[in-house]
Amino acid sequence: MAAMTLLQARGLTRHYGGLRAVDRVDFDLAAGEIHALIGPNGAGKTTFVGLLSGRVQPDAGTISFHGKDMTRLPPHVRVGMGIAYTFQITSIYARLSVLENVALAVQRRGTKDLHAGTVAALHRVGLAGLADQIAGTLAYGHQRLLEIAMGLALQPQLLILDEPTQGLANAEIEAFKSLIQSLIPATTILLIEHNMDVVMDLADRITVLNFGTVLAQGTPAAIRGNAAVQNAYLGAYNAAG
Amino acid sequence: MTRHGLKIWALHLGLIAVLLALNWVLPAYHHTNLARIMVFAVFAMGFNIAFGYTGLLSLGHALLFAAGMYGAGLSASLWAFPALPAMIAGLLAGGGMAAVVGSLALRTSGVAFMIVTLMFAQAGYLCVLYFGNVTGGDEGIVIGAQSRVLVGINLSADTPRFLFAWALFGAALVGNLALMRAPFGRVMIAMRENEDRSRMLGYDPYRTKLIVMVISGLYAGIAGAAYGLMFGYVGASFAAIQYSILPMIWVLLGGAGVVLGPFVGALFMFYLIDISSSYTTANLLVVGVALLVLVLFAPRGLLGYARDRWLPWLP
Repeated sequence: MAAMTLLQARGLTRHYGGLRAVDRVDFDLAAGEIHALIGPNGAGKTTFVGLLSGRVQPDAGTISFHGKDMTRLPPHVRVGMGIAYTFQITSIYARLSVLENVALAVQRRGTKDLHAGTVAALHRVGLAGLADQIAGTLAYGHQRLLEIAMGLALQPQLLILDEPTQGLANAEIEAFKSLIQSLIPATTILLIEHNMDVVMDLADRITVLNFGTVLAQGTPAAIRGNAAVQNAYLGAYNAAG
Repeated sequence: MTRHGLKIWALHLGLIAVLLALNWVLPAYHHTNLARIMVFAVFAMGFNIAFGYTGLLSLGHALLFAAGMYGAGLSASLWAFPALPAMIAGLLAGGGMAAVVGSLALRTSGVAFMIVTLMFAQAGYLCVLYFGNVTGGDEGIVIGAQSRVLVGINLSADTPRFLFAWALFGAALVGNLALMRAPFGRVMIAMRENEDRSRMLGYDPYRTKLIVMVISGLYAGIAGAAYGLMFGYVGASFAAIQYSILPMIWVLLGGAGVVLGPFVGALFMFYLIDISSSYTTANLLVVGVALLVLVLFAPRGLLGYARDRWLPWLP
């Protein structure tokens, strides 16, 4: 069975002055997969997902979602179409309660009982006990979870996670992995991740970016065996692991 | 999400009830003062909706107040509108002006937004002066008695005027509270707190802010219209920068982002000037010192301070 394509990018390009942050990238995301985006620092990963979420405008190329062109749609419209994005640098409503933070996401999705929907979303990431706390006073790991909870509460078809495990403790990473696995196939996951254990355990397919172009793409096993990827990026991981 | 609902409504409706009772208690001088303060508080509520809740710091709200005032005053003087249609004309003029200014000014943000709104307001003020043959310029227009009778109540008499101001204030306060307890109110606060995050939760910042500007303009417009009809006078001084700064001071004093803040701030400021000027001609010095003390010790205003200390549920 050929997997249905959820999102398709063709010739996607974004330059910053002379720097080609993303350069003619073709990219397909299959519905229901967990797809990891890896690459060295400065490879263009965040710019690339910024293009997909609409935070960054492309210089050239097209993006379609469910076969519908969305290259020029603003980010809030893309959220309405089912694309949620969580920030690399935690971006929450620091002065509002945890409950209010998630309520804003639940409200956007539309629900009959806002309070019940919000509490359910908090239970999912294990933050229900902290509902009344002011978000800015949460421990860092909990703020990361809150950020993920807000993305999840939108019940997106595609959830884009930019380095979600950064700063999480080991136990929290394990909980994160099982959370992500529980989301598919209803939700497709695209994640930028530096923790190779997380990538190898979770991803169905991996795309390696280097200098703004796709260096390789394939299953975790294929990527691990790819000589070019070894040279550019993975050498350190395999030597250490 | 309906927690504290009873307490919150009791407090706000209680204040409205107390203000009504004051109609039969206050001596004439304070009676007129309070009517004036309640109308100014409606204007300040409009400012608070934009600035206090949504983070839109406009320096041009005099334009919206004046749009309402001239919308009512000119329709009364040029076409002899009765009071009710004149009020509606003022309301729509305030909202319409806010839509025009907002649709352009909201392409900017931060300091640029302040400057653009200020420029619009100054242009409006100069237009009022320039078209003096219609607006009366500096001298203004006296509104005829036939336009100051609202569905049988004569706004030039003390008690009807007070009750009219009270009804307007009550409706505006209830509307403001309902807005902040509605889902849209939550989105307004979300825009103030973190616009980028809000956009990535699927809320359109431009649309949200434009709606907020129009609501703010409706508040300012109806306040301007009411003020003109209540006191029978419409003049260019109400379009001057002073009337952009005053609502900001009232809101900051009373508590930005608190529904009751504008009323408390307007009341406090009015009587601070009134009482200090009965003791000294240097009353503005007293006002200045009081403002400094507040900024130093209660930078979130009187009710902001109360909310931080004792009343975390205050909307």
